[in-house]
Amino acid sequence: MKTLRLLAVTWWLQVKIRSRSAFDGLLSLLWPLFFATTIFLLYRAGHQAPGALLSAAVGASAMGIWSATSTTASAALQNERQQGTLELLVAAPTPLPLLFVPITLSMATVGVYSLITTLLWGRFVFGISLHVHAPLLFALSVLVIVVGIGMFGFLLAVASVRYRSSWALGAGIELPVWFICGFLIPLSQLPGWVRPISWLLAPTWGMTAVRHSALGGSVAPALLACLGLTAAYAVIGTLVTGRIVDAARTRATLALT
Amino acid sequence: MITSARVFFVGGLTSYRALFTWLSPWILIPTFIVTPLFQVLFFAYIGRDAGVADDRFFVIGNAVQYVAIPCLFAMGNTIGNERRQQTLGLLLVTPARRIPLFLGRSLPVIANGVAVSVVALVAGAALLRVHVALATVPPLLLCVVVASFSCTGLGLVTAALALRVRETAVLVNIVFGILLIFCGVNVPLASLPGWMRSVAGWLPLTHSIAAGRRASVGAGFSALGGDLGREALLGLGFVVLGLLLLAYFERESRQRATLEVF
Repeated sequence: MKTLRLLAVTWWLQVKIRSRSAFDGLLSLLWPLFFATTIFLLYRAGHQAPGALLSAAVGASAMGIWSATSTTASAALQNERQQGTLELLVAAPTPLPLLFVPITLSMATVGVYSLITTLLWGRFVFGISLHVHAPLLFALSVLVIVVGIGMFGFLLAVASVRYRSSWALGAGIELPVWFICGFLIPLSQLPGWVRPISWLLAPTWGMTAVRHSALGGSVAPALLACLGLTAAYAVIGTLVTGRIVDAARTRATLALT
Repeated sequence: MITSARVFFVGGLTSYRALFTWLSPWILIPTFIVTPLFQVLFFAYIGRDAGVADDRFFVIGNAVQYVAIPCLFAMGNTIGNERRQQTLGLLLVTPARRIPLFLGRSLPVIANGVAVSVVALVAGAALLRVHVALATVPPLLLCVVVASFSCTGLGLVTAALALRVRETAVLVNIVFGILLIFCGVNVPLASLPGWMRSVAGWLPLTHSIAAGRRASVGAGFSALGGDLGREALLGLGFVVLGLLLLAYFERESRQRATLEVF
C-alpha cells in the first residue's frame, strides 16, 4: 500500500511539473500533430482502403505517447544530475527504481494529451469518422500502452544515465520506434529480420491492442504481451539501476555531469 | 577586411565546434544519420501503403528536407547557446562587424546540412533500392547545396528570434514541422489545398525539393535554373531578414537590458 501511494503521489507530482510549461506543452502537442497532419494528407491524397484513415488516425495519435517519452526519458536522469537532485534520490531510503518509474510514467501520461488532440484534429479538420469498435477496451489499451511506454522509458533512462548527451540517443530512436512498432506501418510490410526486434518492444503489442480495440480484432493476447514485456522491463531496469548506482558510488561519479 | 575575413572563417568554425561540444562526437550519429534515414524509410513505407508516389519521391523529399535540422538548429543555437552560457554580451561588446560575425557561423552549417542530406540520400536510396544515375548526381548535389543555403537563411531568422524566446529548440522544432507539411516533402504540392500551396511558394525547400526530384530523373542544370534561382533568392531574402532582425533585437535587448535574461 505504501509503495502504491508513493508511486501515485510521485507520478501525479511529475505530471503537474510536466504540465507547467505552456511552451513545452505546445510542442508536445504540435510535434506529433505535424507528422499526423502529413500522414492524414498522404492518405487523403492516395488510394485509401476503407478504414485506412481511421487506422492512420489511431496510429498517429498513439505516436505522441512515444514522442513525449523518448527524448525526455533518456535525458531524465541527466537532468536530475544537472539539477543536483540525483544524489538526493539515490540517498533516499526508498528503492531508486520506485522513484524513477513514476518520472517516466508521467512522461507517457502527458503523451495522452497528444493522443486526444490528434484524434480531435483528425475528426474536425480531416473529417475522419472516429467510430471506435470497443470503447472500453480502447481506453484499457491506451492505459496499457502508456504503462508499457513509460516502463520502456524507464529502461532507456537508466541505460543512458552515463551519457552526457543522452537526449540525442532518445531523439535518435523516436522515429525508429514509430517505424518498427507498427504505429502506422503493418509489421508484415517490414523486412523479416526486423520483426523479432519489434516483438521485443512493448509499444508494438500496445499499439496492436489499441488498433484492434478501435477497428476490431483480438485484443487480449496483445494486452497480455504488452504487460508481460512491461514487467520484464521493470525487472531489467531495476537490475541495471543497482549496477549503475554501485558503479557510480565506487567511482564517485554520481554528481559528475 | 582581413579582420572581417578572420571573424568570418575562424570565428564561424570555432562557434560551430562549440555548438556540438565536440568532447563527444557520437552525438552526431543519432541526430544526423539515424533520424534522417528513418524519416526517409518511415514515409516511404507509409507512401507505399497510401499509394501516393514511388519510393524515389520520398527519398528525395525527406533527404533534402533534412538539411533543415542542422541549418535551423545550429543557427538557432549559435545565439541561444551564447545567451545561455552568458557569453553573448561579451561577444556583442567586441568591435567585430556583425555581418561577418553572424554569416561566418552559417558557412559550416551549410556544409553540415549538405552532408546530412547526402548521407540520407545515399543510405535511403540504397536501402529502398532507388536507382540514382551517376549523371544526375551533380545537379542533385546543387539542389541540396541551394536548399541548405536557403534553409540557413531561415535559420538566421530563428537565431534572431533566439534573442527573444527562451526555448530555441522548441521554436526550431515548430519551424521544422511547418516545413515538413507545407514544402511538398511527402505530400505532392498538387494535393495540398490552394492556400497551403501559396504559403509553400514562400518557404525554403519547396523549390529545391521540386528541382531535386526532377534532377533525379535526368533534368540538367539548365532545366533546374528557375526553381533553384527562386530558392536562392528566397534564401537571400531570409538572410537579409535575419540580419535585420538580429540588429533590431540586439538594439532592443541593450535598451531593455534583457540580453541574457530568461
